[in-house]
Amino acid sequence: MNFSMLHMLPFIERVKASWLGQMISGSLWLLAVIESVHLLALAVIGGAVLIVDLRLLGLGIREQPVEAIARDAQPWFLWSWAVMIVTGVLLFASEPEKLYYSPPFFWKMTFLTVATIFALTVRRRVVLAGEGRFSPAVLKLVAITSLTLWLGVGASGRWIGFG
Amino acid sequence: MSLLPFVQWLAETPGSLALRESVWMYPLVESAHVLTLCVFLGLAVMFDLRLLGITLTSIPMTEIRRRLGPWMAGGFVVMVATGLLLFYAIPVRSYQSIWFRLKVVALILTGLNAFVFHSGIDRRVAEWDREPVPPPAARRAGALSLVLWAVIVVAGRMIAYNWFDCDKQPQPRLVNALAGCVVPAEEARR
Repeated sequence: MNFSMLHMLPFIERVKASWLGQMISGSLWLLAVIESVHLLALAVIGGAVLIVDLRLLGLGIREQPVEAIARDAQPWFLWSWAVMIVTGVLLFASEPEKLYYSPPFFWKMTFLTVATIFALTVRRRVVLAGEGRFSPAVLKLVAITSLTLWLGVGASGRWIGFG
Repeated sequence: MSLLPFVQWLAETPGSLALRESVWMYPLVESAHVLTLCVFLGLAVMFDLRLLGITLTSIPMTEIRRRLGPWMAGGFVVMVATGLLLFYAIPVRSYQSIWFRLKVVALILTGLNAFVFHSGIDRRVAEWDREPVPPPAARRAGALSLVLWAVIVVAGRMIAYNWFDCDKQPQPRLVNALAGCVVPAEEARR
């Protein structure tokens, strides 16, 4: 599956012809810089997600309540997420046609959408609920779901390059 | 002393050849290398930010280290192992890449920074374990670590680009010197 099933070719053509698309695809240096920032933000978002999910699994900083860790990690998650989206949009603008027909890109966007919604709804509610509101089994299930979804984003993202 | 003969020999070994020409192995190793970034560097960033007194300030330093240390160490081992394999697959080009060389220098500096931290202010961690904002020496170590790791990540990404490759001549003399390129005299003069 890929995005071509949504018949968005006119939109893709417009992105490709836009000054942004032309500028980025025309400059290898610019592309390299954007990729680097995308990668740096990946490290931060990975840390912000993992530090909470490890705690949910009972494998992280066990001495502290989940809520305390989650509150500290939240701004780092949101900011690195925003940086990833902005740099991701720029990377998309550099080769919209290739990504339009790329199955891994389709899966990455699907995983990203689900992972983001899950992080801001179910996971957010569970981690901020306070001690004892949810059983350890629920916390573990939430952590495993979160890690699986984000791994899906990362792995399919990595696979775009091999298409 | 040049390691060029060694990496040239390395490139001819059957393992290097197999890895370089593999359809699945090389991409898999590369993916593992990049995605482990989240585990090792992601947690290291949180650790450094704690050293800076920016986040997790209510949590004692030693608790963070005790609980996250094993994950960071595990991630680090995978990063080094996969990194060595990536070098093993493409030894000559990597050896002669200014980005790879920059990355190695930054890695060594990171090691020195960690050594100075552990043999210095970290020995007295009991005194500042619960301080929301650690002492200046600890903050310096955290800041330096973040900067160096950023350099390592960016330099690592740049290895993929061939702007300064030895087989792309002419290059500025400085680039050839830093990359250790062996350039025939008539080509270098151009």
